[in-house]
Formats: sequence, structure tokens, C-alpha cells
Amino acid sequence: MSDNIYLDEARDPLIIAEGWMKDGKDVAIATVVETWGSAPRPVGSHLVIDSEGNFHGSVSGGCVEGAVVSEAVDVIGSGKARMLEFGVADETAWQVGLSCGGRIKVYVERLG
Amino acid sequence: MDPYALKTLNTERRARRAAILVTDLGDGRDRVVREGDQVAGDLGAAIAKAFRSGNSGSVQAEGRTFFLNAHLPQPRLVVIGAVHISQALAPMAKIAGYPLEIIDPRTAFATPDRFPDVALHAEWPEDVLKRQPLDSYTALAAVTHDPKIDDFALKAALDANCFYVGALGSRKTHAKRVERLLALGASANRIARIHAPIGLDIGAASPAEIAVAILAQTIYAFRSRGLDAKGAVA
Repeated sequence: MSDNIYLDEARDPLIIAEGWMKDGKDVAIATVVETWGSAPRPVGSHLVIDSEGNFHGSVSGGCVEGAVVSEAVDVIGSGKARMLEFGVADETAWQVGLSCGGRIKVYVERLG
Repeated sequence: MDPYALKTLNTERRARRAAILVTDLGDGRDRVVREGDQVAGDLGAAIAKAFRSGNSGSVQAEGRTFFLNAHLPQPRLVVIGAVHISQALAPMAKIAGYPLEIIDPRTAFATPDRFPDVALHAEWPEDVLKRQPLDSYTALAAVTHDPKIDDFALKAALDANCFYVGALGSRKTHAKRVERLLALGASANRIARIHAPIGLDIGAASPAEIAVAILAQTIYAFRSRGLDAKGAVA
């Protein structure tokens, strides 16, 4: 049995981000910092993104990852962190919203 | 995120030590706080609370907004003894979020037949714990009744500051155990952390009920870490 049966290194976003950094990639880290109502991923959850749009982890059940990834690519370029908010604000904006009815706040920052 | 903070955080997580990444959401600066590090003021109080609960969240302090991301090791339960109580405890602990491992050198007891889907070591605790040391996010319950098997593990659990240490046996049995542990070099203070008789006093009679009592006491010990000098229930 391995020493790290309680830390799944192959799927852990922060371990993957460190690996990417060592490989010389530009990386952004997105973190759920607040949730309201029904939210699929708890506060503290991570999505990590490289400059080519590859990603690991999740900040929702797959509902808003696409939008976070494209924002993250911008953040990697500018180096300026962003606070994103997602939710079912109105009927017309639901394509990138959370169909579960919750709202989440996601902090996106560049690594380094 | 500061690359150094990420490296530090991952080092702590790999070593099964608790750490909190504190990020100033105003300017993006961050740092890693380890359990036991002194942080003053409201921020320090919020950090202490996050270490206990394991909950992440935002906090206002010193006129700024900080995000505390709490990374606590997965708590786990090591049971010495592949006995009837452990058979009931294994599925219960798994459901409650405390992955469990069983160590018992008696190969007649430690069989996959009796313990399907459980991490089972049919070896002496001395050998298993050398490979997989105990730590402060591990609970240890010794339920064999056999000093040859239990004692080493109990001493190791006290030395590793396991968040919970319980041992099966009556008060009389435990009094003899205390003598043996003293002889092994454990201090009286540390020995006083052992819960014996084991389990919350719910009048448990059957092996399954004793398993409930052990699990409840383990959860209580985990959720009340650091709240009093003993860090555990009476």
C-alpha cells in the first residue's frame, strides 16, 4: 500500500498545478470562495488551468467550467486576478449558469 | 498564487499535516499557515476555528477580506484486532468518512472473508506501523484484549499524538495496561489520554453497538481537537 492512499496525486488539482509549473507551463488556479443555495462543489474546491486551456478539478458539476477556463486563460495573460460570480440570474443568462439554482463565487489567479 | 506557497502547501498535504492557505482577496497575496503557528487577532481566531472545523471560507479582519482554504488530512481509523467489533465498525466508519484499516497478526482472524473491502494487514502492528506511521489525524482503537498485540500499538499511538486512542477492556484490565505502558516508557499524562473502557457510554452491549460507541467517540474527539488540554472526551 502506498504512503499516500489518502491523497490521490494523479487527480489532485494542486499537485497537478505544481507539476505543470515544474514543466514550465503557465498556470491559473480557480477556487470556489463562496456558495449560496444548492452548489455542487464546496467552498475551497479548485480548478487548475494551463495557458492552452487544459484543466483538472472542478468548481461546479461541469456547469461553468468552460467559462472559468476561458477567463483563466485571460488571467494567465494579464496576471491580474479576477472574481467571477455564476448563478441563475435570469432566463436569458442561463447558458453559463448553474441549473441547480445555486450561486457561486470563483476566484481566479495566476500561479506566480 | 505564490509558487512557493503552492509547493509548501503540497508538501504539508503529502505529509498528512494540516495547513491553511490564507489569501488576501484584495491584493492576491497569500501564505501558508501550519497548525500551531501563532497568528494574532481576529484573523488568528478565524484560522484556529478553520483548523478545528476543516471548513474553508472568507473572513473580514484588519479591514481586509481574507479567504482561508483549510487543507486537513483525511482523518483515518486504525483498528488493532480483526474481531467481531471490527467487522461492524469497518462499514460504519467508512460511511461516516473515516477510512479504516485493520491490523491483526492472527491469520485466522484477519481473513478477507471476514473483512471484505477493508484494508487488512495480517501482520504485527510493529511491522505495519513502521511502514505506515501513525499521525495526529489518525485514530487508534485497540480491541484484541491481547497485550502482545495491543500494547505496542497503543504506545505508538500516544507517541504519534493520535487524535483518539481507545482500548477495549474493563477498568481492572486497563489498570494493568497502564502499568505495562508505564514500563514501556509512556508518561502518565499521555496514558491518561487513552479511552478505556472504550467508546461513549451509551450502554452498548453487542459488538455492533460497541462499534457505534467507538465511532461516536472518535468523531467527538476529532471535532473537539484542541478545545481542552486532553483534546478528547471524558
